[in-house]
Amino acid sequence: MQLFIQLTLTGLTTGAILALAALGFVLIYKSSDVINFAQGEFLLVGAYVSFAMIAQFGLAWPLGMVLTLLVAVAIGVIVERLVLRPLIGEPIISVIMVTIGLSSLLRAIVSTIWGTLPRAFPEFIPSQPVRILNATVGADRLWAIILAVIMLGLFTFFFRRSREGIAMRAVADDQQAALSMGISVKKIFAWAWSIAAASAAIGGALIANIVGVSGELSGFGLRVFPVVILGGLDSIPGAIIGGVIIGLLEAYTGGYVGQGLNTVIPFIVLIIILMVRPYGLFGQEIIERV
Amino acid sequence: MQSGIFHSTYQADMALRRTHAQKIRIALLVVFIIVFPFFADRYTLTLANRIGIATIGAIGLNILVGYTGQISLGQGGFLAVGAYTAGILTARLGLPWYLTIVFACLVTAIVGALFGVPSLRLKGLYLAIATLAAQEIILWVVTHWNAVTGGVDALVVPNPSLFGIQINTDFRFYWVIWILAGVTALLTVNLFRTHYGRAFIAIRDQDIAAEVMGVNLFRYKLLAFAISSFFVGMAGALTAHYRSIVTWERFTIEVSVLYLAMIIIGGLGSVSGSFFGATFMTLLPEVLTNLGRSFKNYVPAIDAIIPFIQQAAFGLVIILFLIFEPEGLNKMWRNIKDYFRLWPFSY
Repeated sequence: MQLFIQLTLTGLTTGAILALAALGFVLIYKSSDVINFAQGEFLLVGAYVSFAMIAQFGLAWPLGMVLTLLVAVAIGVIVERLVLRPLIGEPIISVIMVTIGLSSLLRAIVSTIWGTLPRAFPEFIPSQPVRILNATVGADRLWAIILAVIMLGLFTFFFRRSREGIAMRAVADDQQAALSMGISVKKIFAWAWSIAAASAAIGGALIANIVGVSGELSGFGLRVFPVVILGGLDSIPGAIIGGVIIGLLEAYTGGYVGQGLNTVIPFIVLIIILMVRPYGLFGQEIIERV
Repeated sequence: MQSGIFHSTYQADMALRRTHAQKIRIALLVVFIIVFPFFADRYTLTLANRIGIATIGAIGLNILVGYTGQISLGQGGFLAVGAYTAGILTARLGLPWYLTIVFACLVTAIVGALFGVPSLRLKGLYLAIATLAAQEIILWVVTHWNAVTGGVDALVVPNPSLFGIQINTDFRFYWVIWILAGVTALLTVNLFRTHYGRAFIAIRDQDIAAEVMGVNLFRYKLLAFAISSFFVGMAGALTAHYRSIVTWERFTIEVSVLYLAMIIIGGLGSVSGSFFGATFMTLLPEVLTNLGRSFKNYVPAIDAIIPFIQQAAFGLVIILFLIFEPEGLNKMWRNIKDYFRLWPFSY
């Protein structure tokens, strides 16, 4: 029982981290139908920029985070303008490859500036262990859960209530109809990329706080795929619930079965989901069958 | 002055090489490939061999992605299947190397067809993600099936020999690799003159229309996966014999991406494009390394960042090609040819 509780807690926190990484991914897919293979690198950039602001320039962390967000928004807009916009209407493989190229470029830039050695993140979120039901878990990991829930709330509100959020859904649904209603599709894409980059920056800083700042962070980019497929590519609650399910699954297989099976089990789930229910648990059922 | 290429007989229209210029170019290329190793030094030969293997792998991937339109991120995994099959059969069972290459091709074709099954329900994006899962699963099996693959340890493959000659130098490998590359290219060009190849192209252009016209999607998609993986397996097996060591690090997702980059930069749906792309992507990091070394005297710090420059260049090249020349090097080559053919009125 002790082990079970411990594994459940670990799984939940891993799931929250995965969900945070998945949010920006879903956001971009939801508004522009682009699969962003560079999402892991957005996390990486966010982590390193916040690291530079707080540890290297010695800013107070609220100020540092605000500046990080500004940098992330700028990167999002630049990427959308220079890289993605020329590819609107191109075949899907081009879009996939361009984000893969982008991921390679971003990783190279980050390692040129900061090197490849892993570094400790200055603690701005306390990480002392907390005991819950006889199991221990780091306080920073609990913060990941709280932050994931807050982000979920914010994003849901954004898409339901705000002008830009509704416009984004309209663009995702039908670009031409949205255009004729007076929505600037270009502006919406820029919005989507900057919000995605900003949420990745927050997620990146938090994950870096938990696991340290290193190139390994970009690995989250691949781990996100099972999460978003399980939850549904265009569903924000799906990203959270998918994250939690995959996180728990990883924790249980790691704890009870072992042998590194926990790294591959998400991908086996991924294949099964794709075969049975390709639109995921909460996604829209508009997948085209052949 | 030419306004186009015209044929007056069916034979001429069906011919593999249609014009004199094509025949001359192919003859020059063959002569060059045959003469080249006698003048090249060891380093250049190594590069040539790597290009040859990459060409076979890229042609294989192009059959699937470029001609049939099924995006695959599982290339690294399929290469691993080929390499490990050849390696294990040679090292553990002592089969002759040419048989192990054949077996590697067949086993990879079967595995490829197996992981192609999701393609019957999925396309585009979803298929890409499914093949990404295939990549991760295959690599996990390779690193954890200790009894057969040796896990994360390197698998040592003895050098192949033919008619009593040890094939252990770059010069001798050159012939094996480039003869197989030539055969692969010829088979692929011919494949797309048969009804199988035409069916693949029909699936790429419009799958529903293809089905209406009587193309059995189930059968032809699996066949495309199998044929593509067959050649990828050949590239994998050649890697195993050429490097005489098989390790899992050589087959990660980065390799899948590298091969996709090759066919995108070279040109989707083209055999010569696969060759251009394989050459370009193999030479790019080497050229950058050499450039970096020559600048070392002026900027000493450059040595440490060469790997990052390579990585950045890799990403940048993909992005720039997709934005400015989505049809790749093959299109550029065609433009050059057209320019001279239609000179001085090259509109």
